[in-house]
Amino acid sequence: MIPAVALRDAGLAALVAFGLFVPLVGLRTDVSPTGGLFLRTRWIDVAIVCGIVFLGRLVLTLWLGRRGLRPTTGPGPWTARLERAGTFVAPVLLGVAAALPFIPGIDRYELDIGILVLTYVMLGWGLNIVVGLAGLLDLGYVAFYAIGAYSYALLAQYFGLSFWVCLPLAGILAAFWGVLLGFPVLRLRGDYLAIVTLAFGEIIRVVLINWVSLTGGPNGIGGIPRPSFFGLPFSMEGGPGTFAGFFGLEPSPTHRVIFLYYLILGLALLTNWVTIRLRRQPLGRAWEALREDEIACRALGINVTVTKLSAFALGAMFGGFAGAFFATRQAFISPESFTFIESAIILAIVVLGGLGSQVGVAIAALVMIGGFELFRDLDEWRMLVFGGAMVAIMVSRPRGLVGTRTPTVALGQKRAISGDLVSEGHG
Amino acid sequence: MAYALQQLINGISLGMIYGLIAVGYTMVYGIIGMINFAHGDVFMIGAFVALIALLLLQLGGVMDGTAAILLMLLASVAVTALYGWTVERVAYRPLRGSFRLAPLISAIGLSIVLQNYVQVSQGARVKPVEAVLRGGVEVFREGDFAVQLSYMQMLIIGTTLAALAAFTILVTRTPLGRAMRACEQDRKMAALLGIDTDRTISLTFVIGAALAAVAGTMYLLRYGVIDFYIGFLAGVKAFTAAVLGGIGSLPGAVLGGLLIGLIETFWSAYFSVQYKDVAAFSILVLTLIFLPTGLLGRQEVEKV
Repeated sequence: MIPAVALRDAGLAALVAFGLFVPLVGLRTDVSPTGGLFLRTRWIDVAIVCGIVFLGRLVLTLWLGRRGLRPTTGPGPWTARLERAGTFVAPVLLGVAAALPFIPGIDRYELDIGILVLTYVMLGWGLNIVVGLAGLLDLGYVAFYAIGAYSYALLAQYFGLSFWVCLPLAGILAAFWGVLLGFPVLRLRGDYLAIVTLAFGEIIRVVLINWVSLTGGPNGIGGIPRPSFFGLPFSMEGGPGTFAGFFGLEPSPTHRVIFLYYLILGLALLTNWVTIRLRRQPLGRAWEALREDEIACRALGINVTVTKLSAFALGAMFGGFAGAFFATRQAFISPESFTFIESAIILAIVVLGGLGSQVGVAIAALVMIGGFELFRDLDEWRMLVFGGAMVAIMVSRPRGLVGTRTPTVALGQKRAISGDLVSEGHG
Repeated sequence: MAYALQQLINGISLGMIYGLIAVGYTMVYGIIGMINFAHGDVFMIGAFVALIALLLLQLGGVMDGTAAILLMLLASVAVTALYGWTVERVAYRPLRGSFRLAPLISAIGLSIVLQNYVQVSQGARVKPVEAVLRGGVEVFREGDFAVQLSYMQMLIIGTTLAALAAFTILVTRTPLGRAMRACEQDRKMAALLGIDTDRTISLTFVIGAALAAVAGTMYLLRYGVIDFYIGFLAGVKAFTAAVLGGIGSLPGAVLGGLLIGLIETFWSAYFSVQYKDVAAFSILVLTLIFLPTGLLGRQEVEKV
């Protein structure tokens, strides 16, 4: 039997929903052919939405009420089981990622999604250095992505440099900008840092839009050269100088997609590898110490300036690599690809995955970006679902999808600890 | 001279709108120590509700300018306050006591939801409205350049001042305001002394949203064009204003809003319109580097 309290609660929720949705869902403003505005009513939609809210709230209350009877603290049997399963997640994911192009039934479309997901995995891992390890909240990460993309596009356009020359250059330029941004914000903490990095991202975008003579403005840059396989271009002609001709294969457009897929997989794994290695070195430990307590860091003689700047620079460098890859993959870039929402999505991937957890970031990228692609048919509803999923995941799992962390240093046996024990840093 | 005076008037009326939104940011920041990322979108909702109210009033035959504006304000404030309450309830309350980044992400998620909800329910096209209030007075004349103070600008400045006055009285003279200030200083202690902190925080969001609704209505009336995306830029600039004035300080938010409005207007008038946003953001970066607590903010003492 449904308790009366739950019913009343759901009724109130429906009442609030009624107040919320009557003006904005019930009355739609449309532009008439003459240019004026007129209202169209949609009362049935309001009734449907309110009904959904009523039922949703009712189910939620009942479900939470039942779950609330059990103690929620302490590791349950589930946690232990999940932990054991968790050790296999990373190798399995890696194996699937490496074999993906050769799994039967995987087509060009699926590979394209794979490339997209891996790009976000790489961006997530890059930002994880700044936010997850060093604890510096960066809301303008997309600026470095943009700098990397535009570095490659402009160097290729004006100097005719190839992708392989530009890739390191894009990374270095992005790292340089990372230091340039990092320098003035060294003294800032927490939300102030967040808002300055957000402003920095917007400044870069506005400059890209308005500096028409260099960047082409809102029209962007097209015809960005595609990467070659150690000097062998992917061409449909299939002559002796091309990839297909050299290896004696049938020329196919899929070759380039597979190559791009492995390229971004390699770049992402490079990011991961560098992060894992650095965590064991003095610099990485200094980052994590900085995240836990900046004052203690200073007292122990850690150079906070160098530590913060190196985190910014390395994070930015990987963002720059990803940007150069994005430019060569798309062959066209415009400032529209580098809006604040991108920064927010990357940050969401890092936080939803679990700050500082490498596997968590990969899973979150897969869930968010892969899921986003699954809902392609929903068109404008897609972002609505995406935002809703962000709220729902965060509210139900504030510490991210992967709730455990592996400490870098441990006395005796090394084992996973709860994410709650890790500080999130104050910038 | 006359040109500068005109820009001053324009800048003040724009700055008032930013100031109203900035108060919402600074209040929420003061009480829970977090940026309300969905606040810009709450402002956008306020503008949309005002638009719908205006169309309803025109259908109902209310043609008188002042009455229409008053009713629009009432409708917008009522509905938008409900949205503000919902934002707190959905994105902040379940994460109370959680670590700091969690509510930030859920608020960014909610901001995406609100934007796309309005896009889906109201359409992506920009909504133009006819001016409700026309005309103005000539303040000053130099040669053939007349400095105009339009009735609309007078209305914006007057309404903003009235809203801020009401709000100041609320914060300084009423039990609710006292509870808010107590929560701001020490939430745990306030709770121990019998203040319903959850309710106080909810009401803070509601009041912030109500002020954002006033700003949204003014924005609609002044510029006559809105779309679902106006919340982002206005939100970032209002937050800049709050930081510039010293976050947590209510007079600071208004002062910061006025400064941002003036800087933006004068920059557009004398330098370049394209880079006006860059000017506003550069001011933000410079303030934080040289004056990290803002103009009227208090120095934070850090204890180990």
